[in-house]
Amino acid sequence: MASNKKYWKNEAELDPNDSIVGALRQNEFVEEIPVGDFLGDKENLSNTTTNRRDFLKYVGFSTAAASLAACEGPVIKSIPYVVQPDRIVPGIPNFYATTIANGFDFASILIKTREGRPIKVENNTFAKVGGGANARVQASVLSLYDSTRLQGPLANGEPIEWKDLDTAVKAKLGSLKSSGKQVALLTQSYASPSTSRLISKFKEAYGNVNHVTYDAISEDAVLNAFEARYGERAMADYNFEKADLIVSFAADFLVDWQGGGYDVGYVKGRVPKNGKMSRHVQFEANMSLTGANADKRVLLTPSQQMIALAKLYAKLNGTTAGGEIPENAERALDSVVAQIRKNRTNAVVVSGLDDENAQAVVLAINEMLGSKAFDAQSPKYVRQGSVKAVNSLIADMKSGKVGLLILDGVNPMYTLPNASDFAEGVKNVDLSVTFATNRNETTEISQYTAASNHYLESWGDAQIKKGHYSLMQPAIKELFDTRQFQNALLQWMGSDKSYYDLIRETWSAFVLNGNDWNKALQDGVFLASTPAIVLEMVGSEVADPIVISPEKDKEESELSVEEESVSEPSIVSIASAVSSLANASISGMELTLYSKVGMGDGQQAGNPWLQEFPDPITRVSWDNYVTVSKSDAEKLGMINENVADGGMDGSYAKLTVNGVSIDNVPVIVQPGQAPSSIGLSFGYGKKAGMKSEMQTGVNAYALYQDFKSIQSVSIEKSSGMHEFACVQLHKTLMGRGDIVKETTLEIFNTKDSAEWNEVPQVSLNHQEVPATSVDLWDSFDRSIGHHFNLSIDMNACTGCGACVIACHAENNVPVVGKEEVRKSRDMHWLRIDRYYSSEETFEGDNTKKEEFDGLTGEKGSLGGFGELEDPSTNPQVVFQPVMCQHCNHAPCETVCPVAATSHGRQGQNHMAYNRCIGTRYCANNCPYKVRRFNWFLYNDNDEFDYHMNNDLGKMVINPDVVVRSRGVMEKCSFCIQATQAVILKAKREGRKVAKGEFNDKVACSAACSTGAMHFGDINEEGSVIADLVKDDRAYHLLEYIGIKPNVVYQVKVRNTNEA
Amino acid sequence: MKKVTCHTRISKVSGFSLVVFLLFSITLFSQDETVADEAEAVAEESAGASDGDVANGKALFNQNCAACHSMNRKMTGPALANVESRLAEDEGLDREWMYQWIRNSAGMVKKGDAYAVKVYNEYGQAAMTAFPTLTNTDIDDILAYTAAPAQTPATAETAVGADVGSEKSSGLSNELILGALVLVFGLLVMMLVLVNRTLRRIAETNGIALEKEMSEQRVPIWKAFAKNQFLVLVTAILLLLVSGYFAYGWMMQLGVDQGYRPIQPIHYSHKIHAGDNKIECKFCHSSARVSKTSGIPSLNVCMNCHKSIFEYTGNPEGPTAEDLANGYTNEFYTGEIKKLYAAVGWDEENQAYTGETKAVEWVRVHNLPDFVYFNHSQHVEVAGVECQTCHGPVEEMEIVEQHSPLTMSWCIKCHQETNVKVEGNEYYTKIHEELSKKYGVEQLTAAQMGGLECGKCHY
Repeated sequence: MASNKKYWKNEAELDPNDSIVGALRQNEFVEEIPVGDFLGDKENLSNTTTNRRDFLKYVGFSTAAASLAACEGPVIKSIPYVVQPDRIVPGIPNFYATTIANGFDFASILIKTREGRPIKVENNTFAKVGGGANARVQASVLSLYDSTRLQGPLANGEPIEWKDLDTAVKAKLGSLKSSGKQVALLTQSYASPSTSRLISKFKEAYGNVNHVTYDAISEDAVLNAFEARYGERAMADYNFEKADLIVSFAADFLVDWQGGGYDVGYVKGRVPKNGKMSRHVQFEANMSLTGANADKRVLLTPSQQMIALAKLYAKLNGTTAGGEIPENAERALDSVVAQIRKNRTNAVVVSGLDDENAQAVVLAINEMLGSKAFDAQSPKYVRQGSVKAVNSLIADMKSGKVGLLILDGVNPMYTLPNASDFAEGVKNVDLSVTFATNRNETTEISQYTAASNHYLESWGDAQIKKGHYSLMQPAIKELFDTRQFQNALLQWMGSDKSYYDLIRETWSAFVLNGNDWNKALQDGVFLASTPAIVLEMVGSEVADPIVISPEKDKEESELSVEEESVSEPSIVSIASAVSSLANASISGMELTLYSKVGMGDGQQAGNPWLQEFPDPITRVSWDNYVTVSKSDAEKLGMINENVADGGMDGSYAKLTVNGVSIDNVPVIVQPGQAPSSIGLSFGYGKKAGMKSEMQTGVNAYALYQDFKSIQSVSIEKSSGMHEFACVQLHKTLMGRGDIVKETTLEIFNTKDSAEWNEVPQVSLNHQEVPATSVDLWDSFDRSIGHHFNLSIDMNACTGCGACVIACHAENNVPVVGKEEVRKSRDMHWLRIDRYYSSEETFEGDNTKKEEFDGLTGEKGSLGGFGELEDPSTNPQVVFQPVMCQHCNHAPCETVCPVAATSHGRQGQNHMAYNRCIGTRYCANNCPYKVRRFNWFLYNDNDEFDYHMNNDLGKMVINPDVVVRSRGVMEKCSFCIQATQAVILKAKREGRKVAKGEFNDKVACSAACSTGAMHFGDINEEGSVIADLVKDDRAYHLLEYIGIKPNVVYQVKVRNTNEA
Repeated sequence: MKKVTCHTRISKVSGFSLVVFLLFSITLFSQDETVADEAEAVAEESAGASDGDVANGKALFNQNCAACHSMNRKMTGPALANVESRLAEDEGLDREWMYQWIRNSAGMVKKGDAYAVKVYNEYGQAAMTAFPTLTNTDIDDILAYTAAPAQTPATAETAVGADVGSEKSSGLSNELILGALVLVFGLLVMMLVLVNRTLRRIAETNGIALEKEMSEQRVPIWKAFAKNQFLVLVTAILLLLVSGYFAYGWMMQLGVDQGYRPIQPIHYSHKIHAGDNKIECKFCHSSARVSKTSGIPSLNVCMNCHKSIFEYTGNPEGPTAEDLANGYTNEFYTGEIKKLYAAVGWDEENQAYTGETKAVEWVRVHNLPDFVYFNHSQHVEVAGVECQTCHGPVEEMEIVEQHSPLTMSWCIKCHQETNVKVEGNEYYTKIHEELSKKYGVEQLTAAQMGGLECGKCHY
């Protein structure tokens, strides 16, 4: 029987008079479809002779013609040099030693050039100070090929000739000589003997010259404290290798603390050797990279850290200091004191507190202990900035006392908290000239913009530490019509010399002491036996000493204080410093401003590699954010959530410091953030002269008031949610202790390796047997020829990420942009996973998981796993670099329908891109999730307007590695181009491969200055890797699957020794 | 694979036609030789007029002087044609002066000999290399050579004229024969048609229509074929297979540019350089020894020789008929050298570089796709493979062409067949020992060494 049911589509149908319902009864659509709009004029259309059939014919013909035409191969031109330089052989790289000294990063490096163009930064193993090339230095080669670089000088934004600029400046310099106005140079820290000489010559020539050094992120407190104590504006150097106990008060010394470069020494003491490793205790508010590597991390807000430091000083001297800190911190402090007393000269105390008193106290403590790791005799010069001088310069500018303002290497309009004052000052300056490589906030307001050289196009030198000199030499001729500041200054002084001449002069007169210049240039570094160079002590005359420096003999006596009775240094000022520290208090929330390992002070914010570099701690790329503790986030109603599109979203916050506020700051709920403290990183929020894709994050410098990185802040929630590009959404290990194996130093020393490095068991014929003894596949004989393995030491890996960028550079890994990263389509061949513990320790997680009993209840796994997902408020942290594990029984190889991925005899899992048809089966079958798919064409594509979309940016591409196209899978190749090159070199020279040759050529292991990664041939007798693979600490990731990876990890050992 | 067999077929056909062509042209070349001999005899005769052995002088001149001197042209040093008489007439200098000058010019300049100093200053104060080993007789011979009248290859031209004519006639006769054959065939066909028609007419008139009726009763063969489904199926499958075979063969040739012979901006003849003058390949393509690219020599490498070789004088016999037919005259080659000078910025007049350079945009002949990594030094230096193995007889190529298909199967075939050169290379000692034990062979092919693994060439 037919149903009489009537189905209503909507309630409008109930109304019989509804016009829409009536219309819909007759027509398919309510309104007429505007066909005319796209078919054009009706009349025109009917008159046309082209009918549908013709149209199809044309389409068919043109398609056929196009495909026929495509059969013809393109004509490829080959253009040799007219006169080929002797040192260039096409296809063979040349290496030059040079130095980066951009005011923030100082490092001696090697630069690899191919056919005359720099393509990669490598570590200079001769360099003894400054550490290796960090992620930013690794990425700096790409900034050379930035398409937004200035291509010539500008006057008020319009291109001009250099000679016009010269005339204007020379005329001004001449006229200023007689007038009372000053010539002001506002520059970065150079630490350069030659530039110092040049500027003093400039001062001699023009008299009224005021040179002010300005660091975007100031170390003023450190410099003042050191200067007060030792009479030199510098920073004490620390060699953490010599320390058995490291006590750090918020010193992020693995990143940028006091110029950075301390990781190499630190790690040397962190790998257990002969049963010993150093112990590291960190008191801090933000979860820093350094804190994440510490054995014990105590959460304290900045003001509490100051009190704790005062207490430490007092306790070491057997006195007491006031102030309140939480009980657990008090206990930790007592334990630290006990350990310091035991270790004395082997202990070191460092502080990142941006406070002169704190820095003075730290110097006093180290001196009192006679710490072997502490070196005040040959200090570091990489920060020179003076806050006082900068402020007085701005005042001078505003009052019209400055006739000519020349800026180099600084961008005060972006980095100054009081940028508007500076802008006002510039208006009152007669002539302003800014040296810059890119348009920026400051070039916008200065009259003249002098296009400056990239450091790879410049000559220069640096004295990173007293007696440790480095040379900077150009690796390429200026790409554009640019000139470096020093050469311009020489020209304006009317000198016919170039800066190169001046450097040679300086070096032969003051540095080399009769040694060979060419040798020094080739090595890139020079260690002076008798350091005797007088640096122009910029700002020293304006710095106001707050602590009277002790007499020399007193210093001596302090070094020889007796063991038990630690006598107080007889300096009254230290006592007052301690008491003012003990009384430290900051109202409300405490903000710590910091610099990220991937962005630093923001000089390279336009660098796509660095933008896409995920922060080691939060794993967020393309952003900065405010880090808030979980308890505070709950109070303020701020959340992070993983949403349906697979990305992470976060609330927005509004931060206000002293009436200055920035809104829409994305919030990250950060495990390990001290309650009632928040953190925000510098380097983002840059707008001027940047591609729109690169304009990410918020500018934290606005809150950097009075150049203090510690601020009292008020935070409130703003509306809306921020879309993060976070590459790791899960935070904890869920008690899977076999992924990151950990043990304590005590167990490591006393127990058998089978106990702390257990081989996983599998069931075979109902018997539990070691997983390594079972094999589904037949094994090949891998004892002949090379067999490559990579060892990753979890004790040595600090998570710094230099390897990630090095891998980018070596393997032409594309940049995909924020949107794609959010969709988990990031292309990094090497990722550094970061895990938090859910309980206080990872061991706790494991125990909790093992004790699960039943589904529900107290120990039920249902609720228990939910709890394990949640990181602890002060978790243990571990970093685990993961790249293709090159499994000998690779699951990816067996599922490829076209055999595009196959195994080589040398242990490498090959990937033939030209064979790949993009089924992505391999990626799905990979247990480590290390395969990356090219969802789009990432080169020559306006949708991905990064360096591979313009000819200039493409110059960084490594010619030995193919640039992948759309629709193919890619992954870590163990740098097969590099291993093959090493082998070929050995064959050509008719010799065996030398020791360590492979390790130095593979991008990640070569970039790893701490030696956490070691690559090599296990079939080579006596090689380091052969020993590492057999080490007691060695284990494989997911060993129980039995796929026999060629990457081996070393168990992480923590020094939990409290007493 | 398919493509290769195709190629052999083509080459067989072309080879056969070449043989036919040569059969007709042998006589012509024999004519050439006699003409050239005569020319040489004439030259020697005229040289004998002066005192001194002109032939020996020529040899000595080429050996010692030609790097800096030419007969009629200022080079690093002055032009030397009739130098003795010129000096005697203009400067009043005798042969004794010449002896001294040649053996030790620097000494004379130092002593302050007027003309010596003048010449020294005129030529950029570069002292002439001293030749203390040359005897007076040697110098006499050289001077005799400089005094000998210049020879022009006039004789060659006449010979060439004859060549062209005879070749034309041979071509004509070929055409004639072919034409006649076509005519004969045409006639035969016509006759057949005519005979057929006449026979039919006769049959019609006689009322014989037997066959036609028979055929009307029978089912036409195509209908029978169409009805037999099995046959249709088999034929269809066959057709598909055959067309698939040919389509595959054709498609496999896509992107294979074997025989690619682009015209280059400067007509550089490998035949003259590597063939006639026997210059080693790696003399110019030096980076093949150390680098992945063989490298197109930069122009300064060309100038090492072409500073003094400013014109092409060709073979003593003059250009061959084939060359002339292509327009490869001496003047043509000399013109190409001038192109080099223009590009490198060499001022011939003043024997100096002007500094105005213009890069030469050569057309790449051998193009491997980007996803293939090929390293020349591995093959040339380590394996000791001759350049000709892959590039073919370049020394015979007037215009370089792609000799090998450069396909993956071609690479693999060679890797499977070629033994690795392990002798005397310490790198291979251990692996050779182990692998030869494993495979039970003494010689290892590249494939056995792992030369077939994807990742060895694709990364």
